[in-house]
Amino acid sequence: MNRARADEEEYWHSSKFRAFTFDDEDDELSQLKESKRAVNSLRDIVDDDDDDLERVSWSGEPVGSISWSIKETASGSTSSLEGRDSSLQKGSSSYAALPKQVSSYSLSSLFKGRNKLPSFQSLSDALTDTGVKNYAPELRRPKAEYKDYSSDWSPKDTVRRMQRGKVCSLERFRSLQDKLVLLDEAVAGHDGNVITAVLIFLKRTLRREILFRELEVRQVALCHLIHFLRETGEQKLLLDLLRFLDRTEEVALSQYREHLNIQDVEKRREFLKGCIGLPFSAEDTSHIQDHYTLLERQIIIEANDRHLEMAGQSELFRKYPRKASILNMPLVTTLFYSCFYHYTEAEGTFSSPTNLKKTFKIPDKQYVLTALAARAKLRAWDDVDALLTTKNWLGYTKKKAPIGFHRVVEMLQRNNAPVQVLQEYVRLVEDVETRLNLATKYKCHDVVIETYRDLKDRIQLTAYKSKVERGSAEEEKINSILNNMQIRWKN
Amino acid sequence: MAFAGRRDAPEPPDFGILKRLARDQLVYLLEQLPGKKDLFIEADLMSPLDRIANVSILKQHDVDKLYKVETRPAPGASDQFCFLVRPRVRTMRFIADVTCDEWSFYLLPLDEDIISMELPEFFRDYFLEGDHRWINPVARALQLLNSLYGPFGKAYGIGRCAKMSHELWRDLEEESEGEGQGRKPEIGHVFLMDRDVDYVTALCSQVVYEGLVDDTFRIKCGSVDFGPDVTSSDRSIKVLLNAQDKVFSQIRNEHFSSVFGFLSQKSRNLQAQYDRRRGMDIKQMKDFVSQELKGLKQEHRLLSLHIGACESIMKKKTKQDFQETIKAEHSLLEGFDIRESTSFIEEHIDRQVSPIESLRLMCLLSITENGLIPKDYRSLKTQYLQSYGPEHLLTFHNLKRIGLLTEQAAGETLTAVESKVSKLVTDRAAGKITDAFNSLARKSNFRAISKKLGLIPRVEGEYDLKMPRDMAYVFGGAYVPLSCKIIEQVLERRGWQGLEEVVRLLNGNEFSVSDSTVEDNPAWESQRVILTVFLGGCTFSEIAALRFLGKERGCKFIFLTTAITNSARMMEAMIEARA
Repeated sequence: MNRARADEEEYWHSSKFRAFTFDDEDDELSQLKESKRAVNSLRDIVDDDDDDLERVSWSGEPVGSISWSIKETASGSTSSLEGRDSSLQKGSSSYAALPKQVSSYSLSSLFKGRNKLPSFQSLSDALTDTGVKNYAPELRRPKAEYKDYSSDWSPKDTVRRMQRGKVCSLERFRSLQDKLVLLDEAVAGHDGNVITAVLIFLKRTLRREILFRELEVRQVALCHLIHFLRETGEQKLLLDLLRFLDRTEEVALSQYREHLNIQDVEKRREFLKGCIGLPFSAEDTSHIQDHYTLLERQIIIEANDRHLEMAGQSELFRKYPRKASILNMPLVTTLFYSCFYHYTEAEGTFSSPTNLKKTFKIPDKQYVLTALAARAKLRAWDDVDALLTTKNWLGYTKKKAPIGFHRVVEMLQRNNAPVQVLQEYVRLVEDVETRLNLATKYKCHDVVIETYRDLKDRIQLTAYKSKVERGSAEEEKINSILNNMQIRWKN
Repeated sequence: MAFAGRRDAPEPPDFGILKRLARDQLVYLLEQLPGKKDLFIEADLMSPLDRIANVSILKQHDVDKLYKVETRPAPGASDQFCFLVRPRVRTMRFIADVTCDEWSFYLLPLDEDIISMELPEFFRDYFLEGDHRWINPVARALQLLNSLYGPFGKAYGIGRCAKMSHELWRDLEEESEGEGQGRKPEIGHVFLMDRDVDYVTALCSQVVYEGLVDDTFRIKCGSVDFGPDVTSSDRSIKVLLNAQDKVFSQIRNEHFSSVFGFLSQKSRNLQAQYDRRRGMDIKQMKDFVSQELKGLKQEHRLLSLHIGACESIMKKKTKQDFQETIKAEHSLLEGFDIRESTSFIEEHIDRQVSPIESLRLMCLLSITENGLIPKDYRSLKTQYLQSYGPEHLLTFHNLKRIGLLTEQAAGETLTAVESKVSKLVTDRAAGKITDAFNSLARKSNFRAISKKLGLIPRVEGEYDLKMPRDMAYVFGGAYVPLSCKIIEQVLERRGWQGLEEVVRLLNGNEFSVSDSTVEDNPAWESQRVILTVFLGGCTFSEIAALRFLGKERGCKFIFLTTAITNSARMMEAMIEARA
């Protein structure tokens, strides 16, 4: 479905989605702020007592809730429910003094006016309540009845009984044929737990090759066994099974997955090295190779920088102490780090940004973006300028950004760039409306003035005079433009 | 189901009984173990448990201390331990040697129309690993609901898991004595749907208030933690979000843009109410304090919380270029300017905006385009690994397996494997395998489906989000959620007739079964109450859309979901973590 570009423009500029946007923070929020003021103005009247509010602990859990109690147990602040409860009670009545059946003590008493659950005394009450008589009988049966030592159930009945939570002996299914019928019945019964239970039995009583061979033609059962082996961490058997099935890529991924459980970086690096030879797709092999190389680099950089930081010789590290180690961070984060702490280093060092760029074939766009963020954070405006400047073959310079200049402006603004720096990039924002918005928001007067001049919008320009300081250069500039007879104003 | 004529939607059945049943069963189990005991609770069962019981109930039954399952008991503790865990391989191994009892706690009513099974792992276990372990709980949940609120006269569904769950449930019903016969039901229809029938909707940014709150703060078990930035104080507050909250219940289903106006109207009213105090005499003042003040205070508290939440959402979303993201999403949904959206995603990755968001956008691109072209796939993947870490190689593998992020023309390699395997086995088994491979390689066909069902509304002029004309309002008027549209169509047609082509594009597995033993009385309100079952999770946007449809058509949708989900939860489920 290809629509003409003009159509799309019109579509997005039609009023359909313009009634409300998440962009116009000021506009939309003003209404909200007003409501908030109105509500807050009532606070004095309202906040005289908190009686009817639910009681919450500092963590936000309602006091007396189970989650709250468990947190309390974990922090070991009180030794048992008894002690805690009495401290909760208003007045001095202790728990022992309370009659057990009455739930004056329940959460609902803490949530006055909120929780109107009828307090239920017993099972029989609940059962006579709405004709549910037949539901709970299962419960009242003695436990022994769940067990069942009769041994002549058919495979189908066995599965049915297991589905209904009864213990069944599977030992009497001896022949391969019987076992497979049992498995097929389990699958047909749609109960995963029964399928898994039968598989555990088969796994224990069948030779591997036979089990694997039979599962190959029983996909549902196979999924259950694979999932079970993953959950129980029987990695070796899992890998054997996957190899038998010729699922080589999964073999590789399952092995690679184990690196997540290795804490020690040196061991992790060694492990990743071993992963490079695994039967991944060509594409993934290069990702694994990169993973290994990245960690190897990070280990070197980390050792050097920790040393540098401890020695206290480097001003950069003194001024901006590292918040976390660079180990196991993504590549882009590593590049950011290196642009932050090692920007000027020669390409030869492992920690230099150019070296990282080359080794990992980081695209220009990604590189410039990351370097920009890092240099802006350091407020190194010259570096920012250099990153955004390109020279053509005639030696002319031109500003160019890998992302829209409105994003560049945002990024610089977030790092408190001065107006002189900001305005240079605001000027380059292509969309006039966005440019005006940004320029007004960040007080880049020159840009606003020039844009209105270019739009030949005398009214707006005149109105803007009130936004600049009286007697300033900006005001003078506006006046001179307004007095310029050569401009053919549109209004 | 009678769609014709506007009628008021019926009231939902009372689901409080589910809570009471679960609580009483728990009490019964605790009583099986007389004397003092310590209770160990699995971390993700804590919040659900909080919704049905409390400390005093546990204590009344001799529970001494409470622990999370990971923590070890303190020395000198009770000599009896009771563990509340889900039947998972991991935890069962930890607990080792015990006697087990089953606590049939499948259903947690989160609200008057939402019941959750609180099984977030259902999504990964079934759709990625192909494990059927949660089908039995789903079938039992249906059995329980059927016995309490049924019998359901008609069942519709689409998806493999829907089909299996339905079969197992029927199977369980056959055994029971059929005591529900002849009873007047409260719920007349049930509709089961697999999450993979519609990934697109779940991947979209949510813009109805409840969805935005979920995307921004994560609603957990029906409640949310509002942090200091929302409460304008130094502490967090846990707030229950449901129909009982008089402010929330009026804005939850609204497009975010309508919420501000509503809140400001509300606060003006509130102020006026308080202002009435001036000029009151003592008697009037006394009445005011005793009768109205409490309600006003409550409203004041809720208003300031939701205003704070809106403010915080606005701040966060503005920072994240939300407007541009939504624009890119809309072009993906409509299928134009794909190049531009691809560059948008690329830049998103390069700027390290957010690993989850980047993944989500890539998946949306893939699903709407039936896979990425190989060049784009390689380049986006490489940049992603460079920006967010090489170990995400595993994430990409998972996304490919589940079909959320694929490469076009991958079908060829699958066919090769398929034919190789087929040679080894009999025809019947080969059929099964082909089936299995099809599920891996299944195409989303989104574009064609969208066209057939008219998911992209073509409206003249402005889409008035305050007065929605269709379910598309939940996505700013740009897209009607596919899942909800299917439900609407099937209910309207009382089956799948006329939807053959759509069904084919959705890869089949549809069903429509009437229970002939159930009396079908069109006058019953239950004919207009539909239980929708989402296998693999449902989003608040879908809930809002169906609530809207229900109001329009005079029917009531009840939601049963394995868990409340959103795009971030789905993406997180695909990421490999340390064991």
